[in-house]
This record gives sequence, C-alpha cells and structure tokens, in this order.
Amino acid sequence: MRAYVPSYQLVSPPTLSEALEALSQNDGAWKPFAGGTDLMVLLEAGKLPQKNYVNLWNLKELRGIEVSDDTVTLGALTTYTEVQNHAVLQKEFPMLVQAAKETGGIAIQNRGTLGGNIVNASPAADSPPALLAYDAELELISKQGERRIPYSRFHNAYKQMDLRAGELLRAIRLPRRSDRFDYYRKVGTRKAQAISKVCFAGVIRIVDGKVAHIRIALGSVAPIPIRCEKTESSLHNQPLNSEAIKLGASTMSSEIVPIDDIRSTRDYRLRVSLNLLQDFLARASTS
Amino acid sequence: MAEKIDINSTINGQARTLHAFPMERLLDVLREQLSLTGTKEGCGEGECGACSVLIDGQLVNSCLVPVAQVAGCSIKTIEGIAISDDQLHKVQQAFIECGGAQCGICTPGMVIAALSLLEKNSRPSEADIREGLAGNLCRCTGYMKIFESVVRAVRSV
Repeated sequence: MRAYVPSYQLVSPPTLSEALEALSQNDGAWKPFAGGTDLMVLLEAGKLPQKNYVNLWNLKELRGIEVSDDTVTLGALTTYTEVQNHAVLQKEFPMLVQAAKETGGIAIQNRGTLGGNIVNASPAADSPPALLAYDAELELISKQGERRIPYSRFHNAYKQMDLRAGELLRAIRLPRRSDRFDYYRKVGTRKAQAISKVCFAGVIRIVDGKVAHIRIALGSVAPIPIRCEKTESSLHNQPLNSEAIKLGASTMSSEIVPIDDIRSTRDYRLRVSLNLLQDFLARASTS
Repeated sequence: MAEKIDINSTINGQARTLHAFPMERLLDVLREQLSLTGTKEGCGEGECGACSVLIDGQLVNSCLVPVAQVAGCSIKTIEGIAISDDQLHKVQQAFIECGGAQCGICTPGMVIAALSLLEKNSRPSEADIREGLAGNLCRCTGYMKIFESVVRAVRSV
C-alpha cells in the first residue's frame, strides 16, 4: 500500500554544516536523502518506516570530481552519468564507469548517486565491487569532524555499516594507478536494467610472471558487497598456471556465501562466480 | 506531520509556485495540481519510464523525485514539447507518421527520452537509440515502430 506522504518530512538545508546539524538532532531520527532512486521506490510501496529526511541534493560540498596527482575524489552526490562522462575515470577506473553504465536506465543514472549506492548498502549494488577492487577510501563527516576509512572495512553485515548517527558520507577517494589489468562483469537476467545475480570486479598486476597485486570483489554473493581477501592471498605471488587458478577457485568457493532468492539460486551464483574468476585470471595471464 | 511548502519552479517555460508536501512525487504534483496529465504513471518504481520528464534538461523519472527537490529547477513535460499549438515537435510528428504509438501510455515518456537522446547526440545509431530508450518500456511491445520513429526524426533534422 502507498505511504501517507504528509507524514514524511524532507527538509532542505542550504549548506553542509546545516545539514550535519539537522542530522545530529534527536539521536538519528533524521536520515540523509540523496537522489531518491531507492528511497522513493520504498516510499511508493509503503515500505519506508523512517519518516524524517534531510535533502542533500543541492549541497555543493558533496558534489564534483577532483583529480590530484595520486587520488581521484568523488563527491558522494556524484551521479552515474557524471561518472560515465569523466575522462580520468574512463581512462583509469573503467570498471567504475562500466558499473555506472549498467546501473538502471539513463533516467536513473542522472539521479542515482555513488554515495547513495554505497550507503543504501544493497549487496546487489553494482558500484561497490569496483570500488572495493580499486581500494577506495571513504571520507565521512559529522558535526564532530571528519574521518577516513578503507571502503573494505565499511560494510559489516546485511545493511549494516560503519556509519555513526549523524554521520554522512562526504566523498569516495580512489588511489590512481595505471599499470593494472581490470575485469568487470555484471550478470543479470537481461543486459539492460537488470539487478545483478552476480557482479564481479577484479584488478591484477603481474610482475615477472607472478601475481604482484590482486583484488577481487563481488556483489550479490554475500550479505554485503564482499572483497575476497582469502582468494586474493591464495593467488598472491603465484604464477597464473592452472594449479593456481584451481586453488583460487576452491578458496573462493568457501569464501563467498550466495543464497537462493527471487533473482537467482545459490548454485547458479556459485558456478558463475567461479567461472568469472577463471575467466578473469585466464584473460589476465594473456593480457 | 510535514507542512506543505512553496516550491518555485519553471514548468514548460512558465514560472510556477507549487504548494505541496515536500515528499510528494513530482509526478503526482504535475498531474493533480497542474493537470499536466500527459506524464503517465506506469510502474511507480523507476523501471518503465512512462513518467519521464526533463529537469534542467536531464531525463528523470518523475515518480522518483520528491517535489522538494525541484525548487529552482526548470521542468519540461510532454505538454511543453510542441513548437506551437499548430506545430508538433519533429519527434512527435515522426511517432505519428511511423505508428510509434499504440495504446499511448509509454508514448510521452518515449518522446521525452528520444528528445533527451537527440539533444546529446543528433546522429544516433540504431544501437544508440536502443540504449537511449532502454529505460522506457512499451507494454504493447511496439518497439520496432518506436525505434523507426526516432530514426525518422533524426533524418528529418
């Protein structure tokens, strides 16, 4: 049933400091509202119990993509369209650009934000695997001040994260590197606009025939977007031969915990994840 | 309970002050308060594109935008697309000529999405057109005629 709209507050503070002030009131009674592409769906379905929101959409402090020598910093309100159109992201972070292209249709991409995708904390979101594989760091801000944490430490359990009451995701920081092989695959029911059954992001650097750096992250195979650190360790310093690939696959099969749900089955997800891992490693070894 | 607020926006070129609850969907305010019923509701969850409008030139699903977020924005709906009372926009004309509309529910959204595509890319390929309209579903499945309509609109530039 539809929600009763008059019972919902949406205040629009003009500055970040006023937004943080509003979010700090009444011990978490107020939550942030960005592009609305997830929350408005819940509202219409009558599944939005939280009633008080702070509108972030017009806060310039949360917008923009800044490029420095070693980091690209994306404001939390960066939209999928802005990600796709950015020259440095296209060149150096192609998996993030691809995730942005494959999330929803154009109307969603114009409105949906990277920060919202992270904080909404869906295990099926498409940008988190890419961000995990790129060693993203999060800048969090509250009235008390700022802190930074590795994104790989942000999600704790289903829809639970290291975000304190009154705290806001301000920006996502990506360390710049060019000498790596990237691999991103989203597998859904259809090519356009499907929610993922499995989403795989891998980054690898091979030096002298051995794996010198590797990151593997997946969506939709665990209660959170998951970085497979055990699988990474099993492949680190190994040559990419069939034995190593087999070991990587067996490690991953115990590291991910896919489930049966409306979009897919545990067995299918497991098989696809392992196939994608093998495809990633095979392509990396010939790249 | 929230209070109604005043929201100043430009809608189809005219300055308007909307008076609504902040979380009301732009879709509902357009249809019920301004009687701009050309914008349709299909799924109500951002999948079908029937409620597409342009906000500051950007294609959005008006079912997913709370009206408080359009303060100071310029909104264009299907009612604001025609050149004049006597002259349709070439995209609208092409939809008529090609049979691009069947039941009509998806048509306003398709036209808006096609316009948005043509503004970014005046010579789209067939693949660009399919991608540009991927967020718009036609329940009559008349996609081929819709794609043809956009191709015709491109040629008539």
